[in-house]
Amino acid sequence: MAEPTIGILGAGKLGSTLARIGTSRNIPIMIGSTHSVQDLKWVIDTLAPGAVSATAADVVAQADVIVLAIPLSHYQDLVPGDFAGKLVLDATNYWKEVDGTHNDISDFNHSSSEVIQDWLPEAKVAKAFNHMGYHDLEIEVDRHPDVPRAMAFATDHDDIRPQVKQILTDFGFDPFDLGPLRFGLLLEPGSPLFGEAIPRPEFAAKLDQIYDSPFGQQVLAARGGRIQ
Amino acid sequence: MADQKYEFGLNTFGDLAFHDDGTPLDGDETLRQVVKEAQLADELGIDRIALGEHHRPEFAISSPEVVLGAMAMVTKNIKLGTAVTVLSSDDPVRVFERFSTLHGLSHGREEIMLGRGSFTESFPLFGFDLENYNELFEEKIAMWQKLLEGDPMNWKGQFTQTLTDTAVYPQLPKGETVSTSLAVGGSPESIIRAVAYDIPVVIAIIGGEPVRFRPYVDLYKKAAKQFKKPERPLGMHAHGIILDDEQEAVEVGFKYIKAEMDRIGIDRGWAPMTRDRFEFEIDKGAYYVGTPEQVAQKIAHNMKALDMQRFDLVYGTGGQLLNQREATIRNFGERVVPRVKELLGGE
Repeated sequence: MAEPTIGILGAGKLGSTLARIGTSRNIPIMIGSTHSVQDLKWVIDTLAPGAVSATAADVVAQADVIVLAIPLSHYQDLVPGDFAGKLVLDATNYWKEVDGTHNDISDFNHSSSEVIQDWLPEAKVAKAFNHMGYHDLEIEVDRHPDVPRAMAFATDHDDIRPQVKQILTDFGFDPFDLGPLRFGLLLEPGSPLFGEAIPRPEFAAKLDQIYDSPFGQQVLAARGGRIQ
Repeated sequence: MADQKYEFGLNTFGDLAFHDDGTPLDGDETLRQVVKEAQLADELGIDRIALGEHHRPEFAISSPEVVLGAMAMVTKNIKLGTAVTVLSSDDPVRVFERFSTLHGLSHGREEIMLGRGSFTESFPLFGFDLENYNELFEEKIAMWQKLLEGDPMNWKGQFTQTLTDTAVYPQLPKGETVSTSLAVGGSPESIIRAVAYDIPVVIAIIGGEPVRFRPYVDLYKKAAKQFKKPERPLGMHAHGIILDDEQEAVEVGFKYIKAEMDRIGIDRGWAPMTRDRFEFEIDKGAYYVGTPEQVAQKIAHNMKALDMQRFDLVYGTGGQLLNQREATIRNFGERVVPRVKELLGGE
């Protein structure tokens, strides 16, 4: 079976890095941004040779899997109907430098990937690729060729779990299933898991301790208990 | 390229330093210390010293031009710069006035490095919205370039003031300018914008193997062709400690650089640095920590790999003891820079 094409929306730090990782691993990559294909192509041909530059609309229409590498605050630019039946990997985070000082998109009771899933009701959304710094996606992976780094994901769709795991594995990571999408909150900025590029046992240990952390305490206070 | 001219500088954010007995210098003492260090760097023939602008407890420098003004009076040749001036949260007219003042005090040795600000505390501090991060930068850099033209100015701003046939003082002598560069991180768009503005780029390479930035260098060169702009000399900025004893340099680095990165990481969502990652950064990555020969080899290797003509070493990261700071500066000026030039075969 031909490998599914991974479509990446957003060609900034994260999008271009994921495109480069993908092509270096012979994964078919399409990438689109708010720029014209002409303007995007010469950038991508340098930063991620082999990735196909396209319009964002073509990426969504043609790719089997869509990675969101756009500023979270732009999520309403996505046309929900275009995503029907698509597997969407949400790599976005609320980042105040990009999205503004005040987050009125997500909170401790409604994590950012749940917002994305609500916006794209006919897509199957998994949170993935969000908790590792874009530099570390390459640096920490490449310097530990024998010990893959844990890449956590969360989704409400059990039928896509095997494919998500396969994609994360193909990109060079050890897929770490956090469970339903709401658990993705534990991967957001501020969490001790955010920024981590560590092997599975260490990741699991951090997850076990998460409610002891200041972030975990905030989650408990806001939700009146652990995420269930 | 024949007649390659290389430049080597020091950068500091004014990290609060420590006396050799371990007692801390306060902010006032650190400021005076940095001026003394600039004097030493000048005596050693180092090409430039550049100061950061931060508004945080661990750094003494929030007003780099004032410190540079003091340096101007006690140095002769060294270029006096910022790294960086957060133009987005400043008033370009006032920035111009400060630098044209510095031009006079320093006999034209002033330089400005503009940045979008990877630290963002200056935005709320000066009443700017991070929501307008991009727009503020775009408009203010355009205004800065207009100010440098030196003519009475007409300007209609959205985030800046409107000026009608207004001259800004002190004016630069006819035909002179404030040497301007642009700091970039890992954003492809920043590189392209720098080309469009025709401002030389300095890339902050503070983590990972520097050669990973080669695609960005290629992008810069390609963009220059694309926009029919000249290729300006590229520079890089990185952290380092240069001591005669390798192991001591490593331990000083682990104590101070790691602590500094971890402090910044709390705000930026980086995980605390492991010993293993720290050692990787020294062996293969972005840190220039070791003996003069080790550091020189590494600088030369990376400047060659990335086609760099300018290298700025951040010294005193995380504070460090005064004797450690001095040793790094002396080793850089006396041994590393000449050796790198020898290795690169330029002057």
